Amino acid sequence: MNAPDLVLTVEGLDALISALAGTGFRVIGPTPGEGAIVHDDVSSTDDLPRGWGDEQAPGRYRLRPRDDGALFGYALAPQSWKRFLHPPRERLWSARREGGEVDLRPAPLPEERFAFIGVRACELKAIAVQDRVLLGGAHVDARYAARRSSLFVVAVNCADPAATCFCSSMQTGPEVGEGHDVVLTELVSAEGSRFLARAGSEAGAAMLAGLPSRPATPREVAAGAEVIAGAEARMGRAMPPGDPRALLADLEHPRWDDVAARCLTCGACTQVCPTCFCTTVEDTSDLSGRETARDQRWDSCFATEFSFIHGGAVRASGRSRYRQWLTHKLATWIEQFGTSGCVGCGRCIAWCPVGIDITEEMAAFAAGPEDER
Amino acid sequence: MPRPRVAVWKFASCDGCQLTLLDCEDLLPEIFAALDIAYFPEALRTSAAGLPEGAFDLSLVEGSIATAADAARIRDVRDRSRLLVTLGACATAGGIQALRNFAEPGAFAALVYPSPETIDALAASTPIGDHVAVDFELHGCPIAKPQLVETISALLAGRRPTLPGHSVCIDCKARGTTCVSVARGVPCLGPVTRSGCGAICPAYARGCYGCHGPMETPNTAALAASLRALGLERPEIARLFRTFNAAAPAFREESARHDD
Ligand code: SF4
Ligand code: SF4
Ligand code: SF4
Ligand code: SF4
Repeated sequence: MNAPDLVLTVEGLDALISALAGTGFRVIGPTPGEGAIVHDDVSSTDDLPRGWGDEQAPGRYRLRPRDDGALFGYALAPQSWKRFLHPPRERLWSARREGGEVDLRPAPLPEERFAFIGVRACELKAIAVQDRVLLGGAHVDARYAARRSSLFVVAVNCADPAATCFCSSMQTGPEVGEGHDVVLTELVSAEGSRFLARAGSEAGAAMLAGLPSRPATPREVAAGAEVIAGAEARMGRAMPPGDPRALLADLEHPRWDDVAARCLTCGACTQVCPTCFCTTVEDTSDLSGRETARDQRWDSCFATEFSFIHGGAVRASGRSRYRQWLTHKLATWIEQFGTSGCVGCGRCIAWCPVGIDITEEMAAFAAGPEDER
Repeated sequence: MPRPRVAVWKFASCDGCQLTLLDCEDLLPEIFAALDIAYFPEALRTSAAGLPEGAFDLSLVEGSIATAADAARIRDVRDRSRLLVTLGACATAGGIQALRNFAEPGAFAALVYPSPETIDALAASTPIGDHVAVDFELHGCPIAKPQLVETISALLAGRRPTLPGHSVCIDCKARGTTCVSVARGVPCLGPVTRSGCGAICPAYARGCYGCHGPMETPNTAALAASLRALGLERPEIARLFRTFNAAAPAFREESARHDD
């Protein structure tokens, strides 16, 4: 896709949203919600968080008004796109007993086609990580596959990362790399926003070809590069360098007790993490005993039932559960799936009710048992 | 299959959990069709005639043990019941009446009743599980209707009811609620509170006040430290942990640590 960059106006972006909706996509994008910029249905740029940014810190998020009218001037929504592709709860099958017969009905495959607007670089990487987990092995998640294969992605390069972001140090951002259909870079000015647009797929190129646009000037291309360089420079955090698999040699490090004393074992970090994929199943039956169903729902390694086997939970202590989360995310994930399970989005830091910071924990482990405390 | 014989019992309580059963409205015909409800004084005129003879397949028990007579009665209930399920904060943790456990004996009675000398109550209000074995516990003040229906349906089918012990946070995330603690600085007990309500309070932009009691592994000390950082004073923290589930061990210990 080496076509020259195009420039879309806000009207051009509206035309893109309409074209997507017109071809049957359910268009999801950033929009001001209760106290945060969240992902929800959008029907035009009027639904986007114009003039709103966010401020994120460990255990803290606040909306922040911007004076530049940017449409994509926030860093990240509280929850990732996982919510749509790998939803918190879905039915797998239901069954009905009639006399002696049982009629087993698998839930139909989802037909909804999603178009996401405003996907960040780290989030595209996270989708790729979930692709590897849910599609890349012997057991393909057919429901995820259905949603994934029909997905249209409009990525938007980050301009203003949060203090909790550390994609640079994870090599997952801030510039959008691959996996998108279209990538936009917002150029904010007093006259309103323009968007540098580039296709990342055949479908993206075809979509762009149908929109009102013009070629970008060299100045605009340079301004786009500055946006990304600025984001890089404002990156709030960094994962400490070094092979995270060193953690596996530190399973008795005193820091595990230290973090366990602070961790609520609430599981919020796993639910907001865009790569965490674990689910459990819940069976239900009705009062008559005729209707039964099996649902899949998000699970968390912070729940004791997660490691429940005959006789009890393997990971009974908070220490063992935090250790499972961190070592899986950063170390054993590499052996299991060939990548890190962390894309540096910082959600687990911001949305941890007590602000436990994965980069700070890793720095403590990297420092070694003697230097710490 | 014969319908299981069921009794619904009331101990020291406000009747709200029994009302949750009656509040099943649309499902009531099905519930009464599936169960032989032999004793339910709150709802059935026939129960006015007194306690029927014989054993029960299932006893649903609301309320805490607050008098010596009730301490004896619950043992009889247990002896007559194959399965015993407790309903609500009173039955599972001693309820709001367990606030008296933190005061001088008789202090609350003197405030509430015109003739406190006629009150013959135990010094402490205690959960059913302190007196007899309990098979399943439904938490909450009041209990959540879906959990009650799930429990009855599961017991009818001979399966274990789905009653997770995880935090309210997990349910907030599933629901898509933006965290009120992180995004608004609202004190929230959700991280140490048991799932079950569907995370109602944060969905209405207020903090969870812990009506479902402690979750399976509540780190109340860590939450209290962060509530301090949010600006709460120590007595306010003691107060937060001392409501409907004041006597649940984790909440009791945390309020005691901040009671000065
Ligand atoms: S571990 Fe934390 S920073 Fe890394 S991807 Fe998950 S939520 Fe984002
Ligand atoms: S690290 Fe934070 S979000 Fe994760 S379980 Fe512990 S307290 Fe909850
Ligand atoms: S609002 Fe409360 S219960 Fe919900 S995620 Fe936040 S801390 Fe947890
Ligand atoms: S959010 Fe907390 S206080 Fe509100 S209903 Fe649920 S458990 Fe009770």
